[in-house]
Amino acid sequence: MPDDASPGVPPDVADANADVDWRRVVDASTRWPVIAFVVSATAWLVIGSLLALIASFKFQFPDWWTHQAWLTFGRVRPAHLNTMIYGWISMAGVGVSAWLWARLLKTRLQGRWMLLLSAALWNLGVLVGTIGILAGYSRAIEWVEMPYVAFAFIVPAMLLVVASFIQTLWQRHARHLYISVWYLGAAILWGPLLVIAILLPIYSGIPEATANWWYAHNILGLWITPPGLAAAYYFIPKVIGRPVHSYHLSYLGFWTLALFYNWAGVHHLVGGPVPQWVATVSIVFSAMMIIPVIVVAVNHHLTVVGHFEKLKYSPTLRFVVFGAMSYTAVSLQGSLQSFRYWQEVTHFTHYTIAHSHLGVYAFATMIAFGAIYYIMPRVTEWEWGSKRLVSLHFWTTGLGIGAYFTALTIGGVIQGFQMLNPDVAFLDIVDDTKPWLIVRSVSGTLMTIGHLVFAYLLVQIVLKRGERPEGPTYFHPVPEGTFAHVGGDGSRSVRTPSADQDG
Amino acid sequence: MTRIALIFLGAFAAIAMSFTALALLPRMQLSTIEPTPGTTDYTYDEQLGREVYLREGCIYCHSQQVRPEGFGADIRRGWGGRGSRPGDYVFDETHQLGTMRTGPDLHDIASRQPSRDWHLAHLYQPRSVSPGSVMPAYPYLFEVKKKSNVMASEVTVPLSPEYAPPGDSVVVATEEALALYDYLMTLELEPLNDGGAQDAAN
Repeated sequence: MPDDASPGVPPDVADANADVDWRRVVDASTRWPVIAFVVSATAWLVIGSLLALIASFKFQFPDWWTHQAWLTFGRVRPAHLNTMIYGWISMAGVGVSAWLWARLLKTRLQGRWMLLLSAALWNLGVLVGTIGILAGYSRAIEWVEMPYVAFAFIVPAMLLVVASFIQTLWQRHARHLYISVWYLGAAILWGPLLVIAILLPIYSGIPEATANWWYAHNILGLWITPPGLAAAYYFIPKVIGRPVHSYHLSYLGFWTLALFYNWAGVHHLVGGPVPQWVATVSIVFSAMMIIPVIVVAVNHHLTVVGHFEKLKYSPTLRFVVFGAMSYTAVSLQGSLQSFRYWQEVTHFTHYTIAHSHLGVYAFATMIAFGAIYYIMPRVTEWEWGSKRLVSLHFWTTGLGIGAYFTALTIGGVIQGFQMLNPDVAFLDIVDDTKPWLIVRSVSGTLMTIGHLVFAYLLVQIVLKRGERPEGPTYFHPVPEGTFAHVGGDGSRSVRTPSADQDG
Repeated sequence: MTRIALIFLGAFAAIAMSFTALALLPRMQLSTIEPTPGTTDYTYDEQLGREVYLREGCIYCHSQQVRPEGFGADIRRGWGGRGSRPGDYVFDETHQLGTMRTGPDLHDIASRQPSRDWHLAHLYQPRSVSPGSVMPAYPYLFEVKKKSNVMASEVTVPLSPEYAPPGDSVVVATEEALALYDYLMTLELEPLNDGGAQDAAN
């Protein structure tokens, strides 16, 4: 295994100071693009959370805010989805990816103006799209609701990211390409291709439905998932301080994901009026997804084994490991629920909503939080303001998504079995889902509190408010030497006198 | 360099194959499909109503696909006499198959509930005809006006006293509400001559 095969192993440099130096230079080159994307993403996270709460509480109070057309459930719900997918997790993904890309290629980020322009266009696109949906211009295609004009901003924004990334890749100093680079490189190819493909004006009727679910599932699997896995592959070994369990397995994991995932989406139409072979193909590939999932699970979890005590201290590790475990769970669940028997029960129920939140939230969002906790101190050269608030963020979001998932899964399965029994009146089914939907509103409120705390911490660190805290932010005092491998601490490069001079 | 080329080419080939198979092939396979009996292109009013349906996001709670006998209880629930077929959708520029049934499937709603009075009352205030429903009310598709100001051409919505406006006011349907009703009445699954034998194998 080459020396730099894993970020947990120091690269081949003469002395520790030089090592710290190149990292500081590379980190500094990502400063404004990362801040622009992460701050924008977090703004969309807060907006998306408020839209989610309005949508959720409407089930408890269906006659609340009914005179305002723009606040009706059928508009607020897609507005929530689109702000979260295209605003929060896409922009957070680009921010985290930009930092990882420069670090792993050991190269200053190139085309920074393109990334700043991209962030501006991206925000405009999501803003226009969200207002469009609320104002009644939804395209009513799930996951592509924003009107065309929004994508006239978002597609160029994505292409600018591609241009900057390719330029950086071209000028890279690293010889070896770590597995995270593979995932990120593939994602920046897949993302724009997917969006352009679904915007082609060639679909209608049933073929539009298959294209729709090919797209929606792939945006999740080929655009949102890869940065999440890339971050997990980087941060778990990095913070723990040991190489990833098996480097060969990670190649297998990458190629099986690339080959299998993109066939799986049409399982959303099992039992529907689509050609039988389309659904069957999707079920087969959904089942085959077990391979990349097990591979990634082995690699991530066996890297952590024996180091669980470090979860107690490092916010980054705690969020990222939570996310990696959720990835295993959501993917195995996804493979199982594509089977006809289970589809027959769970399709069209709240179970599916629980599943999608396990993916986008418990996996991708939690990993994004963990990555941002690691990255921001390095690009701002400041520290997180309060370990108590970081802890509050972790517990509100962790318990929130836990309760959310549990409630909608149970409620959804009950709903599914009741719908299969024609003797249960439909309004009785509606009645029986109500308690679970109350849990959803409560857990959504909990998560939103966490997001507000996170947004507050982010503003504090970007504006460098207050006294510069001594050392990195840990949940508890760390025993000597626990994170010595990351330059003395697990959360920030050490400030050495020589590094300060060229800063 | 070769490794980078391998990653990008491999990633591109993977997505190009599935796009061809899942997005383009069904389009070619179904390009010559005939509309099922009773499926006709939308009139102006029906299309207007369909746009209201899209705009208000009905799809997030109502599917438009009846599953065939043997898969789910859709037919036994009375949601349609047969499973939905690709030919039912040939005039749907934007598909509304849906993935959620917080409310019942609507692909055969016209057979199940043809009453205009019921639908208008239900859209104005769902709980006036379906107690316990969690469906949003759409008062902005209606106008409340004095009985004396109602013109002969306008459609008044009959409501139970509990939900009716006070005094001598009445609820009148707007053009959009009537168009939405017209669209809902296009959602009807007529029986097929082959007796539904191909439901499972379409």
